[in-house]
This record gives sequence, C-alpha cells and structure tokens, in this order.
Amino acid sequence: MPKVKVDGIEVEVPQGATVLQACEVAGKEIPRFCYHERLSIAGNCRMCLVEMEKSPKPVASCAMPVADGQVIYTNTEMVKKARQGVMEFLLINHPLDCPICDQGGECDLQDQSMKYGVDKSRYELNKRSVKEKYMGPLIKTVMTRCIHCTRCVRFAEEIAGVPEIGAINRGENMEITTYLEKTLDSELSANVIDLCPVGALTSKPYAFEARPWELTKTESIDVMDAVGSNIRVDTKGWEVKRILPRVNDEINEEWLSDKSRYACDGLLRNRLDTPFIKINGKLQACSWDEAFKFISDNIRGLTGDKFFGAVGDLVDVETMYMFKRFFKDVLSSDNIDFRSTNYFIDPSHKANYLFNTSISRLEEADLVVLVGTNPRLEATIINARIRKAYLARKTKVYSIGDVGDLTYPYENVGSSFSALGEILAKNGKIYNSLKSAKKPVFIIGECGLSSNGEYVLETVKKILKDNNFLNNDWNGLNILHQNASSVGAIYLNLLKSNFLDKLNDDTLKAVYLLGADQIKVKPVNKFIIYQGSHGGLNSKIADVILPGAAYTEKQGLYVNTEGRVQDANKASFPPGNAKEDWKILRALSDEFKKTIDINTHQILRENLFKDYPIFKEVDQLPKSTIDSLTFKNVTPINGNIKITDFDFYFSNIIAASSKTMDECKKAKQILQMTGTDN
Amino acid sequence: MSGKHVAKDQPTSFEFNTTNQKRIEEILKKYPPERKKSAVMPLLDLAQRQHNNWIPNAAIKKIGEILGVPYIKVYEVATFYTMYNLAPVGKYFVQVCTTSPCMIRGSGKIVNLCKKYISEKEGKLSEDKNSSWIEVECLGACVSAPMMQINDDFYEDLTVETATKIFEGIKNDKLPKPGSQKGRIGFEPNKRLTLVKN
Repeated sequence: MPKVKVDGIEVEVPQGATVLQACEVAGKEIPRFCYHERLSIAGNCRMCLVEMEKSPKPVASCAMPVADGQVIYTNTEMVKKARQGVMEFLLINHPLDCPICDQGGECDLQDQSMKYGVDKSRYELNKRSVKEKYMGPLIKTVMTRCIHCTRCVRFAEEIAGVPEIGAINRGENMEITTYLEKTLDSELSANVIDLCPVGALTSKPYAFEARPWELTKTESIDVMDAVGSNIRVDTKGWEVKRILPRVNDEINEEWLSDKSRYACDGLLRNRLDTPFIKINGKLQACSWDEAFKFISDNIRGLTGDKFFGAVGDLVDVETMYMFKRFFKDVLSSDNIDFRSTNYFIDPSHKANYLFNTSISRLEEADLVVLVGTNPRLEATIINARIRKAYLARKTKVYSIGDVGDLTYPYENVGSSFSALGEILAKNGKIYNSLKSAKKPVFIIGECGLSSNGEYVLETVKKILKDNNFLNNDWNGLNILHQNASSVGAIYLNLLKSNFLDKLNDDTLKAVYLLGADQIKVKPVNKFIIYQGSHGGLNSKIADVILPGAAYTEKQGLYVNTEGRVQDANKASFPPGNAKEDWKILRALSDEFKKTIDINTHQILRENLFKDYPIFKEVDQLPKSTIDSLTFKNVTPINGNIKITDFDFYFSNIIAASSKTMDECKKAKQILQMTGTDN
Repeated sequence: MSGKHVAKDQPTSFEFNTTNQKRIEEILKKYPPERKKSAVMPLLDLAQRQHNNWIPNAAIKKIGEILGVPYIKVYEVATFYTMYNLAPVGKYFVQVCTTSPCMIRGSGKIVNLCKKYISEKEGKLSEDKNSSWIEVECLGACVSAPMMQINDDFYEDLTVETATKIFEGIKNDKLPKPGSQKGRIGFEPNKRLTLVKN
C-alpha cells in the first residue's frame, strides 16, 4: 500500500486510490464539484487542485492516482490561488440568482465560494444564458446555472442505466440535455437533483416550497417498497415538504427511487381525518365514541371464526402486533393475513422468505436468475445493485418471465416452470452458467410464488443445494417482497392458509381492513371496518372508517425484504381527528370491555420485544443459519409463471393519492407512446 | 459563435443506401467488435454525404442502433464537431476561413462577397436554395490565404475578382477548377523559388 504525505501527515492508502482520497484519509477537506465517490472520475471542474512536490503545476487530486512517496500540500498559497482562479472561471457564467434559487442554503458552489470566491468579477463581457431543458415532471432545470460537472450525465449512464443525458455542443456553448428533451426514463431519475452541486437541476414538485434551514429533519424509513431505504423526512409545520435519501451502504447507498422521494405529496391529499359511519348506505362523519359504539353494536357476540383481518402494505410492526393482540384477546380470532393476492409463503424457516444474500452482497454475485420478478419496478434500489454487479463483473442475468427493460442486459429464458426443472436436471443455458458461477443468486418475486409457489421455492432451494450454493457462507436464495409490511407480518405469523376463500366465504360476518387497500372484498352481508390513513376503494365500501396515521406520522418498526428491522421516526402528526393506529386499537378494545393493557408506545415495544425478540435487533441483518432448513420433494408441473403488471407509480395508496406520481405516470405513458419508435 | 443549429423540420426515417451499407461493413472491420462505437465519426460522415450534406436526427438514431450506442452519445459527437451539419445546407456549401492568417490576407472581403452573392446571414440558404455559407476556423491552408472550402474542394489564393468568379460559377452551376486561383502549384513561393532553386 502506497504511503503519501499530506501536509506533513503520513497516510497509507490502498493501491489505486486517488490523491483526493488520501487527503480525506488525512482529514483534509478538498473542495470538489465533479468528483463523486459513487460515480466514475471526470476531473473536469478542477476545483480539487492540490500542490504536489516535484510537480510544476497544481494537480487535480480527484483524477491523480496515489503513488508511493508523494508529498501533497493542500493549504499552501499556490493551492489557494489556483482554487480561487478556478472559482472565478466557474462564476463567470454562473448567474447571481441565489435569492431565487432553490439550491440556496445547500449549494456546493455557494458554500465553496464563501471560501474561495473573490468579491468582484473581472469579467466584463456578456454572461451566457442557456435555454431550460425539459427533463420530466420531477426535474426542474435552470441550465444557465450549470457548471458542467457532468455528474448527472455519469449518474444516468452508470447508476440508472438510462444513458439519456448528455453534453451537447462544445466550449462555451456546451449544454447538458436529455436526448431531444425527453423525460428521463428511469425510476431513479430524481437522484440527479441531489447530485447537482448547483441549482441547475432542482426538484420540480418542491420548487419554491421552503428553504432548507426552515425544515425540521427527521430520520426515517421508506415504506414504498420492501427495500426499506433510509430516508430523511423534511417537514415544515405539519406538511412533509420533501423526502431525501440517507446514506446507508448496506441498503440504498445514497440513492432513492422516485416513488419513495415524491409520493410524499400524497400525504396531503385524500386523507381520512375524522371517523365515519355508514347510516342508510351513506357515510357520515362522527366522533370516535360513536364510531366505536357503532362497531361494538354491530359485531358484539360474533364468534372468532366470523371475523377476518386484512393487513395492508404500509403497516408498521407495532400496529400489526396490536392488531394481532386485538383479534386474539378481544375477538378470539386468528383469521389475519397480510397478503392481498394469494402467493406462497413458507414461514417454517427464515431462509424461506427472506432476501438471504442481502442487498449489499448482491454486488458479489456473478450470476443472477430472476424468477417471476421485475426488480426495476418492484425494488428499484435492488435493481441498481444488480446493475452495479453487472458493471463490476459482467454478471450474467437470466429471467424466467418476460419483464421488459431492466437497465442491464439479460436473457429471457421463457416463462415456463420447466425452465427451473431444466436447471435441476443439469441442462440448459442457466445450468451451464451456474456450473462456472461462484456466487449465484436466485431472486424469486411474488409473481413467481403466486400460482405454484411451493414448486418454485422448493425447486430453487434444491438447485442451490445440489450445487452447494446454499450454505452459511453463501446463500443464493432470495425472496423479493413488494410491500414494506410483508416480512414484519411473516415474523408475526399473520398468515392464514386459503385466506382468500375465507374472505369470500358467506359465513364471514365482519372484515377488519387495517390499511388494506389492494385486497378485493365483496361487500355483501359483511360488516366492514376500514382503518387507514387514506381514502381509497376499500374505504368507500366500509361501514366504519377509522382514520389512522401515515408512515411519517408515527413511530414504528419496519422489516425490509432482507429481514432487517428498522426504526421509522415520527416526523409529523396525523391530521384532524386521526390517531396513531395502535392507539385506535387500544381504545377499541376498551369498548369491548377487554382492555389490552398497553398505554404508551414504550410499553407496546416492550410487549412486542417480549413476545417476538426478533424485532429487538434493529438495523442488523438477521442472523440466520440454514442448518435447520428443510427440503421437500415436489412433482414437476406444467404451466407458466405469470408476471402481473406492476403499476410502479400507483402501487400503494399514498402514491396513488400523489399528484406528482400521477404526472410521472402520464409522462411515462407519453414516453411509451412517442417512445423510441415514434 | 453559438451552439449548433439543429433543423426543425426533420425527416421521419433514414436508411443507409446499399453502397453505404457495404461501406459500413468495411468501416466496422477496422475496429474490434467490442469497440465498434469508435466508428461513430465515419458513419456520421457517411450519413452526411448520403443525405444532402446534413445529418437528420433519424440518421443519428440509425447510427446509434448500428453501433449499439445510446442516441445521446451519437448526438454529442454530432454537435461537438463543426463539420457535421445538423440542418440543411446548400448544394454548394461554402466555408470561408476567417482565422488570423486568412483574416490578415483579406478574408473579410470574401465574407462580404458571400453576403452579397449567397445570403445576408451566415448559415442561411441563398434565394435559389442552391448555396449557403458559414465562417469557419482555420482549415489548414494558411500558406495560400485567403481561402474557402466549397463542399470537398479548397479554393485558395483568393482575390475579390477570383472569388466573384467562383460565386458567379455557383449561380450558374459551373465552378472553376479548385486549388490556387492564381495558378500556384504546390506551396511554391509567390514570386520566385528561393531555397531549393537548384
């Protein structure tokens, strides 16, 4: 490992590191615009100049590889003057519009000009001005502010895998644009807003909403998919103004999908803010007491098997736990399920339903087989990891089931179940790749588990076991869930076999929908309770509506598809008369005179941890060994894996209520219409 | 100078003709298959030659498809280099060099002639739609300045008289012989040979 001296401090850095990284190891801050540790090196902003002994000119530290014995200075007069010069050039064409720029207050150029900027300009010619470019409904462009760092160009090409942004023309006329000014066709597009060091690319929905110093920042967890991306929720008063990613190398690195970032305006619309009861076929607003009384009048005396509880896709663990307690203690029932469509889950062992390889180790994979899943839409962040693996080691990707563009090349091997049987019989293309693979990964989606789930799961397990890829060092078996509540619900064992038949059974008298909007309920001869944050199709057919809190409005645990428990904090509070969901269930148990004795969130957590210690280990991957994993022999079957359309922008009720998501969907439709084939 | 002018009226499709398709095959042989995107510049040139000396967006797309390169990357190259035209030019496309040596030798007068004979504004088609002109940077013929390029040919050692003749030739579809307009051969000195006389 080369040793270099930075301002007299000797540091040792790995071979292939850059001088800039060496300076950071030595604790020296190097200003930069174009350099970004997760993107390729461009070296075009020149802000990171440092002085190097035996070099007559200052060197761009971001692009200079470290060599043994280099002596670097970062604080000499020469460095300061060089950076001042660079800054002066950058500011020549940068407009002085910080007061009307959304980046103001969190702008790299603004910050660094405080240190390296000169107080007046020597430039007397006309500044250039650049026409705004259309980049879709999320990205607002003010291209005159652009300093051509090309971070957005590199992001689109490398991370997002949609090489649609580029720099056209040259010299003074260089402009950043999308090809023929089309919408950026990516689910990660809005990350270029964070990457842009100036105010050239800013957020369109958040335009002129607030200044960064006015916002209250709360660290939380995203619930739009089962990835559990780490987010920061920025609120001003009650309103959630924006959602930004938090760095977590094990999950989302520092990216966030467009839905996670921009569905937050759905938190302001379509909200349930007061209880409703249905009288003479019409929903009427009422008080909590009336609603509770209405419920108990209607369902008192029913036996446990007459109830069914459906848990929705955005529900936190505490609420689900409370729901389970409510069903057990108050209604003496265990008819609860978290699924909205019937897909196979084997809760007997953790490895059977988790993303066992873990998201971060996906990078090591040299073969990925997708079984009935479209990771681009179902888990955008995981798709970005697969792409990262593909870029790093040319990972071969196969898909069973046609899933469209995934942003990296893959081979579709048809959608028949027999494709799996073929690998098991040591035949075919996938087996040939598997033979030479060292770290293969099988990812099974909910579509893959829907019609003949047991066969798919057991066959994949057997394939991996036969080839010795199912051990405690490398577990290539991955289930990709779609919903944030899924794994938590499986941990709580909220599963009921044949639950759809039960739900449609005529003997069923009451259905309690806990934020369950996707499940289809026939409102015939049933008393339907809907508890949730947003009004949707299921709240319309409900007899009672109990307004609950959305994910930013309560503290709660969420378990992502890896089985990682994460704590989401309360950033805001429920609107109007709405209450946090566990409190509603607690109050309702009072009405039935069978009080669940939990009065604070803390006690709720203690109870939860006592009954399910698995939730105690927050932020950690579950320690799972495959020692006790059982295998089953399944008979081969015919048929196909059916990939159901996944409506990315409308996949849950918050996103469906969001105006921004609606615009995104329309933009996407226009893109597909005019598309690349006119 | 401003950014490249891209035509508003674009043809909807573009196909290389059979001769050019054969040429593309030949060009692609020069590069290793995994680096075939290097052929972007010769292909753009082919497209330009086939399509009345300008490249429509449909051709950019076509080239992207042939080379397996994103369209924007081809577009970047096409807008970067000055010799790719992205909007229609005349059948006679006049490029007048106005870099220092030519300027000192009187390229300003040639530019004035262009304005008089072709069009008042640079880059605009003439009234008979037959020709257009632009100013360009050094074309590497400083020794015979001032000069201009018409399509592929250099017209050097220009004077107002000889240039006028050329512009009239453009109008009548009959150009004089390219090269030095005062009969110089090679780069021999203007008056008499000095260095390698014997």
